[in-house]
Amino acid sequence: MSTITRPGVKAGPSLTARLLASQRFSNLTIFGLLVAIIVFFTVVTPSGTFFSNYNLTSIALAGSQLLILSAGVTFLLIAAGLDLSVGAVVVFSSVLAAKLMLGLTSGLAGTAQGGAELWLPILAGVGAGVVTGAAWGLVNGMLVVKSKIPSFIVTLATSTIILGLAQVWTGGMNVSGVPQALTDAFGMGTLLGVPWPVVTAAAVTGLLWVVLARTRFGLRTYAIGANPEAARRAGINVDRHLLAIYCMVGLLAGLVGMIDISRFSTASVSGYANIALQSITAVIIGGTSLWGGRGKMSGTVVGAFIPATLTSGFVIMNLQPFWQNVAVGCVLIFAVFVDQYRRRAMNVT
Amino acid sequence: MTAPPPVLDVAGVTKSYGHVQALRGVDLQVRPREVHALVGDNGAGKSTLMKIIAGAVSPDSGTIAVDGRPVTFARPADAQAAGIETVYQDLALAPTLTAGENLYLGREVLKPGLLGRLGFVDRAAMNRSAERQLSTLGAKLQSLASEVGSLSGGQKQAVAVARASLWGSALIMLDEPTAALGVSQTEFVLKLVEQLRDERGLSVLLISHSMPDVFRVADRVTVLRLGQTVLTEEISALSTNDLIAAMTGAGIPAGGPTT
Repeated sequence: MSTITRPGVKAGPSLTARLLASQRFSNLTIFGLLVAIIVFFTVVTPSGTFFSNYNLTSIALAGSQLLILSAGVTFLLIAAGLDLSVGAVVVFSSVLAAKLMLGLTSGLAGTAQGGAELWLPILAGVGAGVVTGAAWGLVNGMLVVKSKIPSFIVTLATSTIILGLAQVWTGGMNVSGVPQALTDAFGMGTLLGVPWPVVTAAAVTGLLWVVLARTRFGLRTYAIGANPEAARRAGINVDRHLLAIYCMVGLLAGLVGMIDISRFSTASVSGYANIALQSITAVIIGGTSLWGGRGKMSGTVVGAFIPATLTSGFVIMNLQPFWQNVAVGCVLIFAVFVDQYRRRAMNVT
Repeated sequence: MTAPPPVLDVAGVTKSYGHVQALRGVDLQVRPREVHALVGDNGAGKSTLMKIIAGAVSPDSGTIAVDGRPVTFARPADAQAAGIETVYQDLALAPTLTAGENLYLGREVLKPGLLGRLGFVDRAAMNRSAERQLSTLGAKLQSLASEVGSLSGGQKQAVAVARASLWGSALIMLDEPTAALGVSQTEFVLKLVEQLRDERGLSVLLISHSMPDVFRVADRVTVLRLGQTVLTEEISALSTNDLIAAMTGAGIPAGGPTT
């Protein structure tokens, strides 16, 4: 092989520029921020109140539902999509599952006590709730892929449609009376001292982490977000891939609904107005690019726990927990600033 | 002695869009191991012909043969199956993926065994192959882990060409590969083209507006004008004026006076 001159070796950009532009740096910053928050609250609160087994477990429990949704939304944002309807899907699935459980158990005696005969209705309700979530996700995906309307608008519209349907169905009232057995066994139940919802969140997130980082599905998700035309020319079925991601996010929203009714024994109609934006916030704080093509599950895990950690710390410090909102907003702006900087640094060739 | 059949043999191809006759009978033969330039003024039919060879557009009439075998391309995958790869002008790369991931996009290397059947990708294998492909082409990246979007224009072009040469077994079609590049980057890409021919033994169809590029790397040239082949000749037998005359139809005789 002949010797070839290699053009394009420019003088490197400044150290700060390279630091800001590197993925590892932004992951470390956000992880460092969470550690700093934990250290801060551990120091300023009476000893043992913040960094206690009990408090850490309750933080994990409080963050588990957001984490499950955010893990799915990570795929969606990397593929350059958005889903504003996840909160509505959580509500719809909860209502459907609660109604189904109530209907199936109404003939049985001792509903409140729980018994072996209750498990069929409970499993039927949970299954139906999760499948319904996936079905709504499929509707979102079909609309986005076929209509070519931006996902932001499609899911804004479906979000009010789905929530509206749940409200019409319930008259705007919460559906209470979910079998106590579900709450006892799952919502309040533990596995080796860890609450089941936390176990579920860890399992789901771990699975999706591996899928995103190690599999062909994950790799193609990045490619589609980075350049859908390149993915198409490479023979990837982009529409089908996006459909699968929307469907998965819907399914996870259904799952979160099931965790919700098992924790609170009630299908809440008004409880999830903000969770779609919260999940997008968590994912972006975690370093995933708002413009697609870039992101990591590790960042999402950190991003999803920052709000719950802040809330817990503020409560223990006797401050208003609403300060959490203020802090999260500031972190969000910082995260997007870094992302934008990195994109600009990269586009200069 | 029998000469090997042309790698690509396009004969009498026509294509109309409504009333517009984009191609009115094009003949093009690309020999094994040659860089063949395809030139023509705007509207001469270069891009239509390119799309037909890439399988993105079907001709109205005429025949195409690859390595002497008649072929019909109904979709781009058919052309790829015949060994023809196309590097588009707007590079079909995913900027946030690495070189290795881009080389294998859509045809990812999976891990052996059970993990592979579960869809686990073998990034190490893709990286090794990318390094090999790029070094065969005389291009070395500082880091195989860096995103393709952070590379220079010439290096991006090298990744796109490496991708094409990895999958193309007969012909690599390059659409204006130097259009967006500066002088040194252009030279780098032209060396890539030579390496495709000399190191990989492939034929290259170079679609270009740049006369210096054509004279620099092409072995032969075909000129299109108003949808027809007007000239196919060894590049060494031609001057720039001859080419321009053929492209514009000005009829300046070879070596003749210019106005």
